[in-house]
Amino acid sequence: MTFEGLQRRARDEWQALSESAVPLIQVGTATCGRSAGASAVVDALREALQREATPALIMEVGCIGLCFAEPLVTIRKPGRPAVCYGHVNPERATQLVSEYLLRDNPLADWALGTVGEGRIEGIPELFETPVLRPQVRRILRNCGFIDPTNILHYVARGGYTGLVRALGMARGQIIDEIRRAGLRGRGGAGFPTWRKWQFCLEAPGEPKYVVCNADEGDPGAFMNRSLLESDPHSVLEGLLIDGYTVGAREGYIYCRAEYPLALERLHNALAQMREQGLVGENILGSGFSFDIHIKEGAGAFVCGEETALLASIEGRRGMPRPRPPFPATSGLWGKPTVINNVETLASVSLILQKGAEWFAEYGSEKSKGTKTFALVGKVKRAGLIEVPLGITLRDIVYGIGGGILGDKRFKAVQTGGPSGGCLPEALLDSPVDYESLTTAGSIMGSGGMVVMDEDTCMVDVARYFLDFTQKESCGECVPCRLGTKQMMDILTDITEGKGREGDVELLQEVALAVKKGSLCGLGQTAPNPVLTTIRYFRDEYEAHEQGRCPSKVCKALIRYRIVADKCKGCQICLRACPVGAISGERRQVHTIDVGKCIRCGVCLEVCPARFGAVECVTGQ
Amino acid sequence: MKTLRLTIDGVTVTAREGMSVLEAALEAGIYIPHLCHHPDLKPVGVCRLCLVEIAGRGMTISCKTPVEEGMVVKTESPDIELARRVAVELLIVNHHADCLSCAKDGACKLQEIARYVGIEEERLQRLRRTTRSLPVDSSNPFFLRDPNRCVLCGICVRTCEEIVGASAIDYAFRGYATVISTLGNRPIVQSRCESCGECVARCPVGALVPRQERNPAREVRSVCAYCGVGCGLYLGVRGNQVVRVRGAAESPVNRGRLCVKGRYGHGYIGHPERLTTPLIKRDGRFVEASWDEALDLVAARLAGYRGDQFAALTSARCTNEENYLLQKFTRAVMGTHNIDHCARL
Amino acid sequence: MHDRIDAILSSYGRDRANLIPILQSVQAELGYLSEEAMLRIADYLGVPESQVYGVASFYAQFRFTPTGRNRIMVCRGTACHVRGAPRILDEIQQVLNIREGETTSDMEYTLETVACIGCCALSPCMMINREVYAKLTPTKVREVFSKGGQEQ
Repeated sequence: MTFEGLQRRARDEWQALSESAVPLIQVGTATCGRSAGASAVVDALREALQREATPALIMEVGCIGLCFAEPLVTIRKPGRPAVCYGHVNPERATQLVSEYLLRDNPLADWALGTVGEGRIEGIPELFETPVLRPQVRRILRNCGFIDPTNILHYVARGGYTGLVRALGMARGQIIDEIRRAGLRGRGGAGFPTWRKWQFCLEAPGEPKYVVCNADEGDPGAFMNRSLLESDPHSVLEGLLIDGYTVGAREGYIYCRAEYPLALERLHNALAQMREQGLVGENILGSGFSFDIHIKEGAGAFVCGEETALLASIEGRRGMPRPRPPFPATSGLWGKPTVINNVETLASVSLILQKGAEWFAEYGSEKSKGTKTFALVGKVKRAGLIEVPLGITLRDIVYGIGGGILGDKRFKAVQTGGPSGGCLPEALLDSPVDYESLTTAGSIMGSGGMVVMDEDTCMVDVARYFLDFTQKESCGECVPCRLGTKQMMDILTDITEGKGREGDVELLQEVALAVKKGSLCGLGQTAPNPVLTTIRYFRDEYEAHEQGRCPSKVCKALIRYRIVADKCKGCQICLRACPVGAISGERRQVHTIDVGKCIRCGVCLEVCPARFGAVECVTGQ
Repeated sequence: MKTLRLTIDGVTVTAREGMSVLEAALEAGIYIPHLCHHPDLKPVGVCRLCLVEIAGRGMTISCKTPVEEGMVVKTESPDIELARRVAVELLIVNHHADCLSCAKDGACKLQEIARYVGIEEERLQRLRRTTRSLPVDSSNPFFLRDPNRCVLCGICVRTCEEIVGASAIDYAFRGYATVISTLGNRPIVQSRCESCGECVARCPVGALVPRQERNPAREVRSVCAYCGVGCGLYLGVRGNQVVRVRGAAESPVNRGRLCVKGRYGHGYIGHPERLTTPLIKRDGRFVEASWDEALDLVAARLAGYRGDQFAALTSARCTNEENYLLQKFTRAVMGTHNIDHCARL
Repeated sequence: MHDRIDAILSSYGRDRANLIPILQSVQAELGYLSEEAMLRIADYLGVPESQVYGVASFYAQFRFTPTGRNRIMVCRGTACHVRGAPRILDEIQQVLNIREGETTSDMEYTLETVACIGCCALSPCMMINREVYAKLTPTKVREVFSKGGQEQ
């Protein structure tokens, strides 16, 4: 079939769906939706529809990014805008069928907003709500709106026109287009994408390879997972354009094994591409032949580092090697190789579909376009967001995120995962772009953004990250293997009240040596969480040295106790205590045996809020 | 080969194209600390100790940086000093602490580097010392493997792969848990290890040490007496006893390499049961005899045989001249082509 | 067991690039990687067995001892950490009386931690087999295991 033929079929199917005479019910069943219970919601909807004998289409879609409100269900009745409902459980699902589908009561209280033309009384427009208004949905344009297992949906919304356009262009022209768009690598370091491509194109040696890095390992980040689960073709199209431009015949997608659904969606998408002649020999009759292999990671964070990733594809230990030579000249099996991140490739598709100028409309001078972030942690509206680069952290945390959970006090926002840093309140008004974040001691990273509040201990956070990096260090080079372990040991001592005088200075010294001496990016950036927490939260380190954990997190420095005049002697805590550390007769004031107590905090959790008789204390 | 000129610490140095900055410096007599570099092996750049600063490029490792014409190299700077000092200190606090009981004491690269960097006890005291203690592999009769003294430079792994071709060992696990291991961390004798000792000879620290070896008083250049290859070696001698054998790097035959027999199989030289005179069987028992007596007896007995009644076996351990003579004797004197040899004789 | 391994091996080319996929398939079949299996893989691919072990031990996914019928994976992602993951792990260890990396004596559960399962917005969370349990508290953990988490 020609591409025009495919487009016609896609448009017809999309139109039929949009003008469907029966209601269309979309349920977000990406991993986050499923973990919130979306599968049970789908079952409940099916059952209710059958019981009421009412016709409706159920379509499973990806993630729209409003994770805080999962599971999400969107219902579009003919002639009405679609209504997006949040926090749907099986009971609510059944009610939506009986109330909205049968009785035309849109249950406005449960609705988050409407999508599409027209309004419904009492329900705001979804994209005008505070969580979405500051966002610019480009990369995520299809997420949550199309069926990710159906290539026609992607094509109907402009998909693969970027590839078709690229196939009619000279390689130099494509690279120039990417250059004018100002696209920089979305994996973290922000290297100009066009330059990587140019190096590879000019490098001697055949064959050449292109690789999509989908080994999203930063704890606290899931942008790539969502995109692959919700709109896999947008990434695959970018990989094809990448391959065509640098003169490769083969491409790899290296996706981590912890993302089973993303892998499933990729395999499915690839099979569909094959059916449509979008991958394989002589793609769309252009003479360009290209094949894609999907490689499943095996659980190693360091494989996000590009030379380690290549070693892993080759069937070796994922150990990075010194650069130069860079992969663009000597990569996979020693051949010129371009490695691009998932979001970078999705941006490439968009640039070729819509043009460089369109892409560069948003962003700051040196950081063009939009960027997705996983906004998580102690924030009210956690989720997947897409914002123009240059937006301030405050707009993200307080605007989109709606502020801190329980209206507690903001303490820090962590960007860039284990390679990034913790930025304090004073930096909330700095713009989010590659340069500003680096100046602040953090990095843009792949897009994890973890919000921390007054209950988060920054020394514990530093220890957490170093525990992570020392476990994930490949162990090859001395500074990283021993330096991260050393920093973790020192931080463990500090959080256990066993810190020694001069430990903070020692940490800084070791951190600097690891940063300067390590072989790869993992080691060179691993000290960032330590250095930024010392830089911005030194008072917390000092408090720990004096035996206090101000956020009451570090177990060795806290105690639970029962406030005598609040305790009603109800025995709830006594029964819940897993180690039998609480004693006391009914209606008598209870006491906690500090020696037995393992500081699990269950007593505080179960003590009825109206009593509030258990408290956590630190110091003395 | 093209020669290039570069400047190291202000000294103009000549190097050949393709050399690394580290090699060029060492050849010119300029020391740069290094642990994972070995002249016989490909560089990997993992110890991160051979740091230098190159004008226009900043700090980098010298073992993986090829020399270039006009390059300006500095081997000292505050950044190099910090990164290297901390790395060495970390190696030391994660290393077995008792140097005197170590067979490598005095010949240890880590000691050499520590002396160069200058270790201060107060600085070491601040660091957290390892509490880990891993079992020593003493399964091999010729050498010990002690992971507690290992610095994970990978020289043994690369030797076994690049030089020996056995790959009996590799890195296993990762991060701080990384060890050099056989499959399933089995004892080394249960692996493909040929006990050639090439790794032991190259180990820069006390992680791989020979079991029965003492430092010799002097060395004697010789040729291995085992097989026909004729590997050059040095017999290390104390008094009149051979206490160590090492390959002669300058020998074009083996370029310093030896096999298990050549390296470790020298016990027979001073063995009390070694034959030192010919033996002739008289009345059912062997008695010592002189060479003249023995040769006369053999000649007298051979006179009774000719042609295919006779066969000779020679050995690859003999010299070419000796083998030539025996085949000549077999064919011309005894009148038969029944001659063969075996390398193990 | 040899037949099962050989059947897997024959579906792959004798190419080192297939080492990790083969290890994954063999583990999926046997539940873990035995030394025997690794020797056979090494032999098939012509890769030294020390290197097969080197690769297998590098990646967190591979195990060298049999695991329980149900795999618990506690997320140690950042979002989970700041929202109480350490307490969740403590609680599971307490309830099942095993440490991270261990298997219960009845072979019912193996407890592991994973870098991040990408459900950060619903933290803290864990996976039992392929099922994700979100927004956990120590009390919820007790409920899950008192009901027998694997059946849900």
